[in-house]
Amino acid sequence: MAKDILEKPKGFHDVYFYKPGDDKENTHYCPGCGHGTAHKLIAEALEDFGVADRTIMISPVGCSVFVYYYFATGNIQAAHGRAPAVGTGLKRANPDSIVISYQGDGDLGAIGGNNILQAANRGENITVFFINNAIYGMTGGQMAPTTLLGQKTMTTPYGRSIQNEGYPIKICELLASLESPTYLERVAITDTKHIMKARLAIRKAIKTQIDNKGFSLVEILSPCPTGWRMTPVDAKKWITEKMMDYFKLGVFKDLTKERKPYSPPKMNLNLDEVEEKLGLKEKPPTFPSTMSDIKEQYRNPRIKVAGFGGQGVLMLGNLLAETGMLHDYNVSWLPSYGPEMRGGTANCQVHIDEGQIGSPVVTDSTVLVAMNKPSLDKFEPDVVPGGLILYNTSMIDRKPERTDVEAIPVPATEMADEIGSLRVANMIMIGAYLQKTGILTKDSIFAALDIAIKHKQFIPMNRQAIEAGIEHVKNMD
Amino acid sequence: MTKELIKGNEAVVKGALLAGCKTFFGYPITPASEIAHAAAKFFPILGRTFLQGESEVASINMCYGAASTGVRAMTASSGPGISLKQEGISYAAGSELPIVIIYIMRGGPGLGNIAPEQGDYNQVVKGGGHGNYKTMVLAPNCAQEMCDLTIHAFDVADKYRNPVYVFTDGFIGQMMEPVEFPKARELNIKKDWALLGNRETRDNLVNSIYLDPHELEDHEIHLQEKYREMEENEVMFEEYKLDDAELVTMGFGIVSRILKTTVDKARKKGMKVGLLRPITLFPFPKKQIKDVAEKAKSFLVVELNNGQMVEDVKASIFYSKPVHFYGRMGGVVPSVNELLDKLEEIY
Ligand SMILES: Cc1ncc(C[n+]2csc(CCOP(=O)(O)OP(=O)(O)O)c2C)c(N)n1
Repeated sequence: MAKDILEKPKGFHDVYFYKPGDDKENTHYCPGCGHGTAHKLIAEALEDFGVADRTIMISPVGCSVFVYYYFATGNIQAAHGRAPAVGTGLKRANPDSIVISYQGDGDLGAIGGNNILQAANRGENITVFFINNAIYGMTGGQMAPTTLLGQKTMTTPYGRSIQNEGYPIKICELLASLESPTYLERVAITDTKHIMKARLAIRKAIKTQIDNKGFSLVEILSPCPTGWRMTPVDAKKWITEKMMDYFKLGVFKDLTKERKPYSPPKMNLNLDEVEEKLGLKEKPPTFPSTMSDIKEQYRNPRIKVAGFGGQGVLMLGNLLAETGMLHDYNVSWLPSYGPEMRGGTANCQVHIDEGQIGSPVVTDSTVLVAMNKPSLDKFEPDVVPGGLILYNTSMIDRKPERTDVEAIPVPATEMADEIGSLRVANMIMIGAYLQKTGILTKDSIFAALDIAIKHKQFIPMNRQAIEAGIEHVKNMD
Repeated sequence: MTKELIKGNEAVVKGALLAGCKTFFGYPITPASEIAHAAAKFFPILGRTFLQGESEVASINMCYGAASTGVRAMTASSGPGISLKQEGISYAAGSELPIVIIYIMRGGPGLGNIAPEQGDYNQVVKGGGHGNYKTMVLAPNCAQEMCDLTIHAFDVADKYRNPVYVFTDGFIGQMMEPVEFPKARELNIKKDWALLGNRETRDNLVNSIYLDPHELEDHEIHLQEKYREMEENEVMFEEYKLDDAELVTMGFGIVSRILKTTVDKARKKGMKVGLLRPITLFPFPKKQIKDVAEKAKSFLVVELNNGQMVEDVKASIFYSKPVHFYGRMGGVVPSVNELLDKLEEIY
């Protein structure tokens, strides 16, 4: 536009150094295009508010993909429709910056529809300028979500029809139905009077962000003489007569007075505090190795724990691994995976080993803890000869068939019931296991309980159950 | 530092926070959701940003925005979600933004299942999105590495201004193992390209458009230079009992763990077998594989997929030795004995 050369707006680069080619003075827009005017109003406002240094402009995909040629601000170019998400990232990472998303109707209303909706609904403290030119300019004049009924475009050669494409989308009205947005207005770039109104709306929207009052959007009805195949004069007339008739100008939401300023609290933690909050400052107690004191067959166990969901199977395994770690062994805990997880049965696989643990999967287990019958049925054959099976006789009405393994019956569910909660049956099994093998000690299990159990009020009952398991095995000897 | 028994998926989050990560943007998907859960728990209490985006498309673009301000940004997802992120990852590679993406694989094309497959090797190692770009891919095989390699991912992402994946399967994410966390670190990385929202950085531009073909070619040549540098400097791998190995097994993630036990068992049977585990999948340890091939007679590559990394192994040794493949799909994980049988068959 010749006009740009004569009076370069405030807030624009003096020379468009990011623009390739020899012409660094003129914009790339077609004669009569509304983008240039909208740019100018925004740039001036940023300068006038004194926030251009703090501003980051997001260039969309569309004719305004080169917003960054012109604005003397920080600039970023975003994927088609994603500017509100990019803006969210920018603003969350640096709440002191002023983030402006500049988008066309294809970008914002079609491909990026959900991104604008969700950013508005989060009340992101960003400002969006939405250029509604009822067409895809950049790609050669195809239908936009805002293309008017009957309007001919490259992809609606017979005119947009209600039956095939539906009605044009009214973005301001749509967003106004959300609680979160602070300021929504539709303006038009036609004559001086309307441009002055647009100027005020643009300023108000930017001010809303500067004041930390949340999401603002200005929809700008904007001429595209090239896409519409009209003269610039006819294009403005078409906006006035056709577009304004469907897209009513006006304020759709204005809570700028009511909304309280909000900016996220700043927290400057030192490194010690970071580690503290991550729970990395606590020193768990340590316990000596037991492996050399215990029978050969109990060393470096590969344990499978199985039962119904709700029997505390995963916790049982977790606690064994946790305790093993306190003895400074290598440990691994792997939960059952796949469809079984949501079905009724659960199992987990635990290694406790003096040496390195290769595969965390337990196929040939040395220990099986079976909390119910299906678990014994399924996993009994996998136990190695000389292995150990602890089985819950409250739920299993048969003995293990294997004669080459050690089998320890534990009426865990009944014992747990006596203590007062079926949920501690798993702890009874742990008590039985440690008394039988000696690989873990009562002290180390209790220490691990303190770490693994979040609700401290349950610790006494769990301890009691572990003791009961220990006594049960003692009485068997 | 203290040791903690922790899931790999949670070790990632603590590692990221110790590495100074400021923002997490994610969208739930099994088996990566625990990462979002842990992030939602820990990021806010450290005054950092956790936000559940409206989709994976949104979350990667939020990372794109956050990373451009110079802060460390991350996301986490699995197959279907990573597919959606590919456009954003391509943009980040083109705009040279450091973003860490945690990828916990699941099974199958389409919705598949949530069992541990490795069918996404080609997707991340060969690009995934559009254009001539590469992402660095780190493949942990234990909870400790889930922490350590996440921290490393942030460092190399910043060093090369490039997206980096931490790429593993559901087993490694869900498994609990002891992790020794390193100390929290102060970050003094100068990013003079970043958009800081101040006067000094007012002329900065984060961008992947180059209309002029020559300019774009220059930009892409620059990107290829970076990838070459990664190949020169960033290869990581683990060797196990390779000194006298006649048969070299290879696998990454959970497979490498199963192979390690298999190698031990095979050795007990008198077979000279070793393990070469790539820790970086890109850059791929081509040179190391070639060196090993000088002495070895053959290779066995095991993957939980239809045979993806195996092609890179063959190419690394210029098809000079037999490279056998054993793969399971659908989330079926081979047992040690199954692999032992295969070893005996080809040894
Ligand atoms: C993912 C993707 N799909 C399609 C395109 C092609 N494309 C570029 S601009 C555009 C339409 C832009 O129209 P609008 O947002 O209305 O902006 P205008 O050009 O009219 O200012 C399209 C479809 C793209 N760049 N990326």
